[in-house]
Amino acid sequence: MAPGVFRRCDGCGATMLEDELAAAWNVCPRCGFHHRMTPVRWIALLADAESFAPIGEALRSTDPLGFSDGQTYPDRIARSQRQSGESDAVVVGDATMDGTAIALGVFAFGFMGGSMGSVVGERLTRLFERGASARRPVVVLSASGGARMQEGIHSLMQMAKTVAARGLLADAGVPFVSVLLHPTTGGVAASYALLGDVNLAEPGALIGFAGPRVIEQTIKQTLPEGFQRSEFLLEHGMIDAIVPRSDLRATVRRVLGLLTD
Amino acid sequence: MATLDFERPLRDLEQRIEALKAAVCLPGAGEAIADELERLEAAAHRLEENLFGDLGVWARVRLSRHPERPTTLDAIGALLEDFVELRGDRAFRDDPAIVGGLARYHGRPVVVLGHQKGRGVRDNVRRNFGMPHPEGYRKALRLMDLSARFGRPLLTFVDTPGAFPGLGAEERGQSEAIGQCLMKLSSLTVPVVSTVLGEGGSGGALALAVANRVLMLEHATYAVITPEGCASILWKDGSRAPEAARAMRMTAAEVFSAGVADEVIPEPVGGAHRDPREALRRVDEAVGRHLDALRRLGPEEIRDDRYQRFRALGEYTEV
Repeated sequence: MAPGVFRRCDGCGATMLEDELAAAWNVCPRCGFHHRMTPVRWIALLADAESFAPIGEALRSTDPLGFSDGQTYPDRIARSQRQSGESDAVVVGDATMDGTAIALGVFAFGFMGGSMGSVVGERLTRLFERGASARRPVVVLSASGGARMQEGIHSLMQMAKTVAARGLLADAGVPFVSVLLHPTTGGVAASYALLGDVNLAEPGALIGFAGPRVIEQTIKQTLPEGFQRSEFLLEHGMIDAIVPRSDLRATVRRVLGLLTD
Repeated sequence: MATLDFERPLRDLEQRIEALKAAVCLPGAGEAIADELERLEAAAHRLEENLFGDLGVWARVRLSRHPERPTTLDAIGALLEDFVELRGDRAFRDDPAIVGGLARYHGRPVVVLGHQKGRGVRDNVRRNFGMPHPEGYRKALRLMDLSARFGRPLLTFVDTPGAFPGLGAEERGQSEAIGQCLMKLSSLTVPVVSTVLGEGGSGGALALAVANRVLMLEHATYAVITPEGCASILWKDGSRAPEAARAMRMTAAEVFSAGVADEVIPEPVGGAHRDPREALRRVDEAVGRHLDALRRLGPEEIRDDRYQRFRALGEYTEV
């Protein structure tokens, strides 16, 4: 990013230098609003330098339905790849965290809304399988609108596939820490993402099965303030803790230590 | 390429067209042949549109939602004996959008489970149009657990527009409840056979369908999202649902060719609601055949069979 560029905080509207925000891992120093981060930055925050070794990096989407919604699916993929610099909506791989071997997955929400198609499903499945076979605790940071419509039924099946692999990890007695970022909904929320041994969420993240607009249309009411936010989920018993980004690495490390030492 | 039975009239027409095209090139071929060719091509086009066009697909979606279509309770009545309904999630309430219990199938004990739409307005309201709440999925979890602990095969029937998107559903953890069902089903060491009777709506349907064998009635559908939902997300226009339905390739034949369904069970002419007895007789035959084959596998083989079945799903390349 260019030096000296200003940007406005999405939380409080304060203007600050892009560099200043980046130095605080995209958390507003004034109001604490957590802005989105790219997988590269997340890996830098959570993994030891140079420790990340990707899994399934070569996987690429095909167009099994010949899908077009005005723009063809291959065109949409190509555009997302250009804009995000990612090959698909999740990056997974081996890493170490303060020397502890883990298997780490991070969503790129900027890639088609973090939607889960076959590539995302296959990468996550390989990550859980890797965790089970190499006894590496799995940490996944999810941020997704849900299953990817453009791959239709193939996307739906990724829910079953990833959860089955998450089950293998559970059978192996290896921990899974699920970190829910803003937003985590639909087929990702309703598959592995709320099945962590420990579920953590960032402050203010929207987490739920149905999106708020769908619910409002269904029940024909305006939703209460804070509905489906992390704080709501904590209150209703769906997550264990809300962890600010600055504490996430230490919290994950402590949890993993308590489960594996 | 395999020709599915409903495609056969089209394939026959296409063959006649090819034959005529060859004839029309011969010297002395009359105008009559050219006219006949034109007529046949128009007929083929109409047939194709009926089968695969927006309207054809939409007709199937509507058939899958037909109010008279056989439901899970109809299937239980036709296929099973000694049914004892089990109710409640032991935590919040009984969700009538999912029904299940213990029963005998051709004399042998099974656990049965399925989405349940209502008959008529009052029953439909009570059953929430077959859209379960988390407590429905948690009742399902109880029954899945029973099937595993007592070694009873699990038969499930799928027929839901989707899990209910509402306030209470979110408060009580709809996502987690569905996720737990997916994980429980994938871990079972007893055979699981699922049959999509009507609507296979998204994660709410899949929650009862992580099975060793997934069968679909001919006019059933199975999709990642409702066509209305898909259209309203893609084009901000729910009325373009027929277009979305076609784009998602959600008919039984299409889901079968995607490798997601193992068998398509033909329906009586005009759809299962025209002759529910015959439709359910065919379901019985197919379910029985698959269950017999699965009974030959040991507990770990059953579980592995299911894992590998879903493990293989997904379309990608490696560069």
